[in-house]
Amino acid sequence: MTFEYAPAPESRSIVSINPKNKLFIGGEFIDAKSGEYFQTTNPATEEVLAEISLASAKDVDAAVVAARKAFKSWSKLSGSQRAKYIYRIARIIQERSRELAVLETLDNGKPIRESRDVDVPLVAAHFFHYAGWADKLEYAGVGPNPRPLGVVGQVIPWNFPLLMLAWKIAPALAAGNTVVLKPAETTSLSALLFAEICQQAQLPAGVVNIVTGAGETGKALVNHPDINKVAFTGSTEVGRQIAKAVAGTNKKLTLELGGKAANIVFEDAPLDQTVEGIVDGIFFNQGHVCCAGSRLLVQESIHDDLMSLLYPRLELLRVGDPMDKNTDVGAINSAEQLKKIHELANSGDEQGAVRWTSSCPLPGTGFWFAPTVFTNVSQSHRIATEEIFGPVLSVLTFRTPDEAIDKANNTPYGLSAGIWSDKGSRILEVAAKLRAGVIWANTFNKFDPTSPFGGYKESGYGREGGRQGLEAYLEAGVAHE
Amino acid sequence: MNDSLDVKRTAKLYINGAFPRSESGRTFVVNDQNNKFLANVSKASRKDARDAVVAARSAFNKWSDASAYNRGQVIYRIAEILQGRSPQFIAELESAGVKKAAPHVLEAIDKIVWYAGFSDKISMVVGSANPVAGKFFNFSIPEPTGVVAVCVSNEPSLVNLVSQISAAIVSGNTVVVVVPENSSLIAVSLAEVLATSDVPAGVVNILTGDSAELAPWLASHLDVNAMDLSGISDKNLKTELEASAATNLKRILRTFPDGLSAIKTYVEIKTVWHPQGF
Repeated sequence: MTFEYAPAPESRSIVSINPKNKLFIGGEFIDAKSGEYFQTTNPATEEVLAEISLASAKDVDAAVVAARKAFKSWSKLSGSQRAKYIYRIARIIQERSRELAVLETLDNGKPIRESRDVDVPLVAAHFFHYAGWADKLEYAGVGPNPRPLGVVGQVIPWNFPLLMLAWKIAPALAAGNTVVLKPAETTSLSALLFAEICQQAQLPAGVVNIVTGAGETGKALVNHPDINKVAFTGSTEVGRQIAKAVAGTNKKLTLELGGKAANIVFEDAPLDQTVEGIVDGIFFNQGHVCCAGSRLLVQESIHDDLMSLLYPRLELLRVGDPMDKNTDVGAINSAEQLKKIHELANSGDEQGAVRWTSSCPLPGTGFWFAPTVFTNVSQSHRIATEEIFGPVLSVLTFRTPDEAIDKANNTPYGLSAGIWSDKGSRILEVAAKLRAGVIWANTFNKFDPTSPFGGYKESGYGREGGRQGLEAYLEAGVAHE
Repeated sequence: MNDSLDVKRTAKLYINGAFPRSESGRTFVVNDQNNKFLANVSKASRKDARDAVVAARSAFNKWSDASAYNRGQVIYRIAEILQGRSPQFIAELESAGVKKAAPHVLEAIDKIVWYAGFSDKISMVVGSANPVAGKFFNFSIPEPTGVVAVCVSNEPSLVNLVSQISAAIVSGNTVVVVVPENSSLIAVSLAEVLATSDVPAGVVNILTGDSAELAPWLASHLDVNAMDLSGISDKNLKTELEASAATNLKRILRTFPDGLSAIKTYVEIKTVWHPQGF
């Protein structure tokens, strides 16, 4: 017998969206000098949600000037006072958490269950964690009398709009920097609501500035001569361009880029738990996760058993209205991203992999991609080497632990990896040999503000989270230790 | 009187624990302060640079897998051997125009000892056990980045040379060092120190030659993970090298921050999660 689900939509009445949005510069919402706007849409319905200001180079300059002005007093404010501002922000985020979750789901397409239970609670937790660092910077690890870097330019992606904002802004502010942040083109709304929260927290004008726009706005920010650091999360391709752009300057740089994580299942793995971990690994947030477990490496002896458990589990995933509290997999963030996923999935067919697709019904409007698994994947296939950034899993097999490690490391990326096994010594040895910044053993896609996150190799450099994440926004105050 | 003729040393490259001449057959002349001939030093080529990267990559697994205690002792032994050879280094530094060469050599020895002692402390100082909100054991540890290309300055300095090398190898990285003309003879002598201490073949590789010729090949090399550009004085070249190094997102040092910050440049923080429960 099958259970029917009644619709359980979250109410959107808690949010009021401005039809026309301004930039947040110097503590005020102001019109863009460019006078230009672009639209942001709900990817689940293709409904236009609002118009967003397109910040030009002149607008970016105004934001950097505001941040530079604010830096003088913000960096001199005692750590304990800075801490209290950041604690205020954390509290207001908790108070307005439902509003933030609904807005995030409307603009991004991710299920309300995720924005409500994962994204927004982690956002508040990040501000809480870093608030407490603001008056303890001498313990950050850069030596005595640590100093903030100055004005930080931050560019974030659309997959976790508010969470990536928190990862960037919370440590920067705690360390005494001021920021100019550019949200992703398709997901500006939660950043603008965050700007309102900064006003409610009475954060001094100019400490946080939000400039909305697309690639050109980001370029203007990265290339602005008066910023001291660039922090970027996004694709490896854009990360490379930014690293080239800051060459020859004194700007510091941290990059959190793409990934093609191996999720390795050994024959002694607890299979039921593993299946849940595989699902979390690749279908969480529609697979729009840089650390997604997109390459499943299964020990050959259990391949068939595992797959026979996995497929029926995937059939149970509910794909559809992100505002429905029962939805597991939401909408693909944009038409452009959906096209990319189709293109790569098609390459899987062409190169000889075998496609399995969930039989779940998909809504008629909006951008959707049903949970998909490719088996018979070989290492040279594009779906085994390129980041798909969608709900598509590529399954490969191995016989020995050494082969698993070689295959897992056979990628220019190195962001994350998973290990499933009952044997402690094997987990520790494999964890040590994987060239990736985050290793989940018998779990996957867990995040915490105290836990450093970031990549090896072409997945970028620098860490976000924990003490190590704070260091990225400080420099030694005296000659070397 | 002693009428026995000096047996001069042939100044060669140091790759994979051996002392090859440049495959290009090229050399450059190094004279002393009075313009008196000292040596024909091997002038490394692109091919030599690539060989050096292969050697460094091959040595990486074993060196990074060695215990921190072992690495510390190996690096400490470099200081032991250098101490015994200090008269030679003092003479060479003096002939290269370095004032106060004797205290300079002692400082270089102290630097090596300082870095050696950090090998088994990096994890403690840089790593952490993280109190995540949930039933997980979560820890972060530093691991070496991989192969590091080090550009040393044309101002001869044994202190900088050993510090730049030690900061990279102490955590388990392997290095390819590019040494321009004026610094070349002390680097050749250091290679001989390394070869007679317990540093495994390939962990340190030394290329004497023209930085402007060699560094671009290393900056664009996809099997090099990090680069110390502090020794490059030409600003345009330095910018070009940094831009080229972005191709595979190499970790970059623009200036050399002697000490823990330098060590940190060449480590990656790895965070491991595991659930807790019965």
